[in-house]
Amino acid sequence: MKENKLWKLFISTFTLSAFTFGGGFVIVSLYKKKFVEELNWLEEDEMLDISAIAQSSPGPIPVNASVILGYRIHGILGSVVAILGTIIPPFVIISFISIFYEEFKSNQVIAIALQVMRAGVAAVILDVVVNLGKNVIKTKNIIYMAVMVVAFIATYFFNFGAMYIIFFCLGIGLISVFLNYRKEKANGTSMDSIH
Amino acid sequence: MELLWTLFISFIQVGLFSVGGGYAAIPLIQEQVVHTHKLLTMAEFTDLITIAEMTPGPISINSATFVGQRVYGTLGAVLCTIGVILPAFIICLTLAYFYYKYKNFSGVQTVLGALRPAVVALIASAGMSILVLALFNTDFNNVVLSEFRWIEFILFIGGFIALRKYKLNAVTVILGTGVVGTLLQLVINTI
Repeated sequence: MKENKLWKLFISTFTLSAFTFGGGFVIVSLYKKKFVEELNWLEEDEMLDISAIAQSSPGPIPVNASVILGYRIHGILGSVVAILGTIIPPFVIISFISIFYEEFKSNQVIAIALQVMRAGVAAVILDVVVNLGKNVIKTKNIIYMAVMVVAFIATYFFNFGAMYIIFFCLGIGLISVFLNYRKEKANGTSMDSIH
Repeated sequence: MELLWTLFISFIQVGLFSVGGGYAAIPLIQEQVVHTHKLLTMAEFTDLITIAEMTPGPISINSATFVGQRVYGTLGAVLCTIGVILPAFIICLTLAYFYYKYKNFSGVQTVLGALRPAVVALIASAGMSILVLALFNTDFNNVVLSEFRWIEFILFIGGFIALRKYKLNAVTVILGTGVVGTLLQLVINTI
């Protein structure tokens, strides 16, 4: 049973890694689809937290995310398995290409396939974004909705780095913790009783 | 032996200092590989970035494999790859431990609550960039409307419907668009 889960973790990270073009957030949305929607191994909020941690730690985002979700699913062994699944596909592909680079660069069919597959990747991400966005709207929290819209405009149209966005929101989060704390202190209630 | 050690240490540094993922790693790799240790020429390095863009996988893993292969064969590639992920492994494992230990504290929940919509926005932004690239073969600032690519548009809509309505999984949809799109394009190219 447990070995089965490790094997499934390996196969999942392996196939996702093999077909993921583009930056770290592309694979994060594929992980979300696989581990939250298909396998039900993680909570949706958890996946978003993992993405934020993966983004703000050094190292490649897909590797960071797989370390954390592997740890969640099966401890340190899970981490190692998820890392292997994530790095073996690019390792094999690049090793192969580094030998046949000239042929690869000039192959027309490969170039077309790489171009058209972007449409599929975009569809997958849009699907994930629709699901995630719905949940943010469901919280009915105006600040969260505003954060989502402003962060999107800032990154997409003004090329703000993801790190700045994350740290800025971290700041908003810390300020609201502080404000809650003061409010509770004034009301004389404890920190955890309001949730 | 000494060369292997140099490769390993160089890529530990790349892994440790490339915060922000993807493109953030490129200047670090360039500095380590081209300038400091002269393992690749600038032309080879440019090729490396092209390959990394065209193939799946994180740029830093791709670079580690490519440099390692070129300089010291498969053993070099393995060592470079281990080097680049080692810092991430240690740091993220530590963070994962603390996250799962403290995530249910209300203060931590409040902070994470503010981060989640931002992550949704970051994912949306990455998706938007890829969509524009798929439809116009360039980024948002350089879009030319007459360059609109109908094949990719149809594939995108078809893929989206397959995902939402028929609940197909992601890899099937990506591979499906690859196969259908390549065939369509090849047919169009020949007529």
